[in-house]
Amino acid sequence: MAKEYKTIKTELRLPYELAYGATWTKFFEGMENEIIYGTKCLKCGRVLVPARSFCPRCFVDTDEWVETAQEGTLTAWSYVNYSYFGQPIKPPFIGALIRLDGTDVDFLHLVGGFDLSDFDLVRKTVKNGMRVKAVWSDERKGNVMDIKYFEAI
Amino acid sequence: MGRPVAIIGVGQTNHGRRMDVCYPDLVREAVVRLYEETGLSPDDIDGVVSGTMPSMMEGVALTHFYFADAMQAVGKPILKTETCGSTGVSLAHTAYYWVSSGMADLVLAVGHEKMNEGDSQATMTTVVEPWYQRYFIAGAPGVFSMQSQMWSVRYGLDEEKVRDAAAFISVTHHDSAFDNPYAHIKMKVTMDDVKTARVITYPVRLLDVCPNSDGACAVLFASDKMVKKLGLDKVAWVKGIGYRGEEYYFGDSDKAVWQSAVGAAQQAYDMAGIKDPRKELDVAEVYNPFTFQEMLFYECFGFCGLGEAPDQVLKGTFARDGELPCDPSGGTLCTNPIGATGLVRTAEAALQVMGKAGDHQIPGAKTALGHAMGGVDQFNGIIIVGSEL
Repeated sequence: MAKEYKTIKTELRLPYELAYGATWTKFFEGMENEIIYGTKCLKCGRVLVPARSFCPRCFVDTDEWVETAQEGTLTAWSYVNYSYFGQPIKPPFIGALIRLDGTDVDFLHLVGGFDLSDFDLVRKTVKNGMRVKAVWSDERKGNVMDIKYFEAI
Repeated sequence: MGRPVAIIGVGQTNHGRRMDVCYPDLVREAVVRLYEETGLSPDDIDGVVSGTMPSMMEGVALTHFYFADAMQAVGKPILKTETCGSTGVSLAHTAYYWVSSGMADLVLAVGHEKMNEGDSQATMTTVVEPWYQRYFIAGAPGVFSMQSQMWSVRYGLDEEKVRDAAAFISVTHHDSAFDNPYAHIKMKVTMDDVKTARVITYPVRLLDVCPNSDGACAVLFASDKMVKKLGLDKVAWVKGIGYRGEEYYFGDSDKAVWQSAVGAAQQAYDMAGIKDPRKELDVAEVYNPFTFQEMLFYECFGFCGLGEAPDQVLKGTFARDGELPCDPSGGTLCTNPIGATGLVRTAEAALQVMGKAGDHQIPGAKTALGHAMGGVDQFNGIIIVGSEL
């Protein structure tokens, strides 16, 4: 039998304080007040969400703020049933791309509001193209999880 | 355009769970094999470029420093290139730019990863900022199952047909891996095995996903002047390269018609003078960590029309004996040491046109494509190699 060699178990944990800047700060103030903010690029006309300080395609400042719709259409979803170190949300959950009405990019969040442990139910319930709306948390903290998830309308 | 550049040698480790070696020794294994294969030595090399996944994968930062001795880079210019999953093809591009520019005649590119020592999916999520996307980007399977669903809905593809085509890809690649001495997973699987395996992220099941592999790959790039000087006849000339990125935020770009994949392929085809890739390429090493995703690449690279991939897969167009064999090495699906993987695709493409691919050689292959994808999903890179200058 091949010789077993030794290993070492180690961990890296470092503290950070990351700056939001003006645009993300306003976006998260919006979250606290049940508002989803986007910004509009006046060059290409696209409404970007979450709000950005500049348009990644046109490279111009996006100064026009928009309160986006809280309803939209599911464009892609993924039923996540595995875990990894530091995973912020416990599986199973459904990661989703949602095109909020009147916007031009997909907003990344969760689809939920029903029993996710039954995968057959998930497959029957969740379909691309289905209409969804934001469900807000009762206790909002100014982060993206102030929206608990998007649920089917 | 710069000087012509050729790949003149390849060294790969035996990929797999390699807890028998510490990381630098694994890197050195690939480099030593390259020198044994080419008969050259570190003294001949003008520069070294190295790459891995983000250092959170390794647990040690500044990996090109960590491996400098193992690559015998002491006293030479050294670079690091890192683009997540596409690191390997970016390494090939870096070496190509370096030699083509005239600044070097021989450049060693080395890609490496020890996936079994860290947490690959946790590493992947550190690619995005912690206040928005990191909640929802659940590693690679989460991302790519979203993509495959968007694609199949976009073209109204029959769910069962897509499922069958993905299973067919899994079965044929697993079969091919038996012919590749370096492949990690060597396992006979059936269509039923694939279709009933445990769901990882619907519709992706266990046998639709690549493994966590440890491995390294070294590739030597030479100027035309050096090829002549060394008197080499079996080399792989770089005919075309292409690389494209998309916007940072995952929701900003279309997943079903993948612009970075389309653009990277087009750039490489234009440079290589390729008009009809399915006819003009003899073999392709497509980066395929997920069976479903491989079909999107076929479409974005123009191997078939949009929405046509499942039909073509089931007809055998991309099988070993098909019109355009894809991943005869077993591909990423059977072997995925991420920082090395894209360079393995480049190496396998080169071995094919050099006639040195052994039991998985596609007979008479003259033109081959290698590919890799990175970012979260926003980066794609291509290299096309040929047996003739």
